[in-house]
Amino acid sequence: MNKLYGTYRQILFISIGWWLFWIIAQTFAFHRIGISWSHSILESMITTGVLAVIGFIISNTFRYYQPVSKNFYLLLGYVLFLTAIAGNTMYFSFQWLHEDDHYYQDHILRFMPLRGMFYLLMITLMTSFFWFRNKLKEQGSALKREEETESLMREAELAKLRQQLQPHFLFNSLNSISALAGSKPEQARRMIQQLSDFLRGTLRKDDQQLVSLAEEIAVVSLYLDIEKVRFGHRLNTEIEADKNSLEMKLPALILQPIVENAVKFGLYDTTEAITISINATANQNQLVIAVRNPFDPNTARPARGTGFGLSSVQRRLYLLFARNDLLETSHDQNIFTTTIRIPQNK
Amino acid sequence: MIKTVIIDDEPLARTIVAEYLQAYPEIQIMQECNDGFEGVKAIAEHQPDLIFLDIQMPKLNGFEMLEVSEPAPSVIFTTAFDEYAMKAFDNNAIDYLLKPFSKERFDKAMQKWFNQRGSASPEERKETLENIPLKHAEEQNRIAVKFGNKISIIPAQDVYYIEAYDDYVKIFTEKDYFLKKKTMNYFEQTLSSSDFLRVHRSFIIRLQHITRVEPYEKNSYVALMKNGKKIPLSRTGYSRLKSELGLYI
Repeated sequence: MNKLYGTYRQILFISIGWWLFWIIAQTFAFHRIGISWSHSILESMITTGVLAVIGFIISNTFRYYQPVSKNFYLLLGYVLFLTAIAGNTMYFSFQWLHEDDHYYQDHILRFMPLRGMFYLLMITLMTSFFWFRNKLKEQGSALKREEETESLMREAELAKLRQQLQPHFLFNSLNSISALAGSKPEQARRMIQQLSDFLRGTLRKDDQQLVSLAEEIAVVSLYLDIEKVRFGHRLNTEIEADKNSLEMKLPALILQPIVENAVKFGLYDTTEAITISINATANQNQLVIAVRNPFDPNTARPARGTGFGLSSVQRRLYLLFARNDLLETSHDQNIFTTTIRIPQNK
Repeated sequence: MIKTVIIDDEPLARTIVAEYLQAYPEIQIMQECNDGFEGVKAIAEHQPDLIFLDIQMPKLNGFEMLEVSEPAPSVIFTTAFDEYAMKAFDNNAIDYLLKPFSKERFDKAMQKWFNQRGSASPEERKETLENIPLKHAEEQNRIAVKFGNKISIIPAQDVYYIEAYDDYVKIFTEKDYFLKKKTMNYFEQTLSSSDFLRVHRSFIIRLQHITRVEPYEKNSYVALMKNGKKIPLSRTGYSRLKSELGLYI
C-alpha cells in the first residue's frame, strides 16, 4: 500500500520536474501573445513558484490535520484563503517588479481574473488530492487494525479449542493415584510421573506450532498409558506409523482430542475389552491418520455431521488450513473410524 | 451385618472404597461390579443396605442403573462430576463423594448415612430418586427400561411417542412399548426439545416420526405417526406443533 504513495525523494523529483515543465510551457505561451522573453520567463517562474509554495503549505497542513467530511466549509474556506494569498502575492510582486512598465501592468491587471481562476482550480485540486490521500491512508490502517484484531481473535479461539482437556480425566486419574498410593506406592509414583509428563506435554504447546508425528504420538501414548492404569485390562491399544510419516508435521495436539474421543466412546459404549488403533501413513505429501474404536451401533449411532463431538478438531483444522474436508468419520458395523489428513506443504 | 456393593468401572476406584471400608468391620462388601448391568443383578441378588455408585459408566450410567434397580438401595455416589452438576443432590438423603476424596470426607458421608439409616423405606427412596431434577451434563439421548429381567436401552431416535399411563409412562417404539415409572414432565424436560414435543397432556411425540397432521372431528387434529398410530393433539399442542414445524397458517 505504501508503494502507491512513493517515497519523499520521489515526490520531490516529480514535483521539480513538473514545475520546470510548467515554467517552460508558460514562458512559450506568454511569448506567443507578444510578451518579451525576459518578462515571460519571470512571470511564469513567479506564477509557478507561488503555486509550489502553496502546494508545500497544503501538504504540510494535511500532514498534521485531516478534516472530517462534515467540515466541508472549513475546507472551502481554506481553499479560498490560499487562493487569495496566492493571487495577491503574485499581483503585488508584479506591481513591484515592473513599476515603470505601465503597459505591462495593464496587461497583468487584465488577465488577473483568469489567473485567479487558474489558482483556484489548482489549489482545489491539490487540496482534494491530499485530502483523499489521507483518507486512503486512514482506511488502510483501519483495515490493517481489523486484520490484526481478527488474527488475535483466531488465536484466542484456537487456544480455547485446544484447552478443552477433560477435567474428568484429571480427577479420575488423581483418584487412581490415590488408590495406588495406599497399596502400590511405586506404581503411584510412576503414574504421577506419567500424568505430569502428559500435562507438561499439553500445556507447553503453542497452538499454531507444528510438531512431528513422533512427538505427537509420544504425548498420546502417555495419555493412553494413564487410561490403561485406570481401566485395567479393558483397554488395549495399537499404534502403527510408517517410517515416512513419523517425521511429517501436524498441528500440536490435534490427535489428542480424537484419541480421547475414541477412548471415551470405546469404553463407555461397550462393556467388553476394547482395542483403540491409531494408524498413520504418508500419502502424497499428506499425513493421513486413522483412529479406530469399537462402538455399539444399536445404542450410539453416530448422529449428525461428524458426530461424536469432533467439531472442535474440525474447527481447528479449518482455522489452520482453511479447509473443511480434512476430518472424516465413517463407521463399519461396530468400528468407528476418524480420519484426519494434514497437508505437508504449509 | 451391613451389606454393601461397590459399582464403578475403574478397578482402582473400587479399591479405594474397599480400603476405606476396612475401618468399618460391620460392613461387608458383597460384590464389586464393573458396570451398571452387573450392578442391577448384584442389587437384586444381595439386596444391599448401601451401595457406592459411580455415575459415568459404560452402557448404563449410574442414574439409569438406579432407575431400573429393585429394591432401591441407599446410595453414596462416587464421581468425578463437577460440584455444580452434583448440587441437585445437596438437599437429598443421598450423599456424594467427589473423586479423589479423602478418608475424612468418606467418614463424614458414612456418618451421615449411619444417622439417617432406616429413616426411609426402599419405596420412599425410590420416590426420592424419581423426584431428583436430574441435570445431566448432556441431554438424554437414550432411555433405560426394564422388561422382566432384561434391561433395554432405547436410543432416543427410536422412540415414536410417550404416553402417560397412571403413575407410569408407556414408551412406544415402532412396534413395542415399555413401561417406566417416571412423569411426563420428567421426559418433557430431559429429552431434546428440538426432537420431542409435548402435544397433549398425555402425549410427547418425536417430530421426525410424524407423517402428517390431519383434522379429526371438528376443531381438533391428530398427528399420524410413521407406524400408523394416531396421536390426538390438544389445542395448545396443535399450535406448538405448527410453530415447531414452521407452519404459521
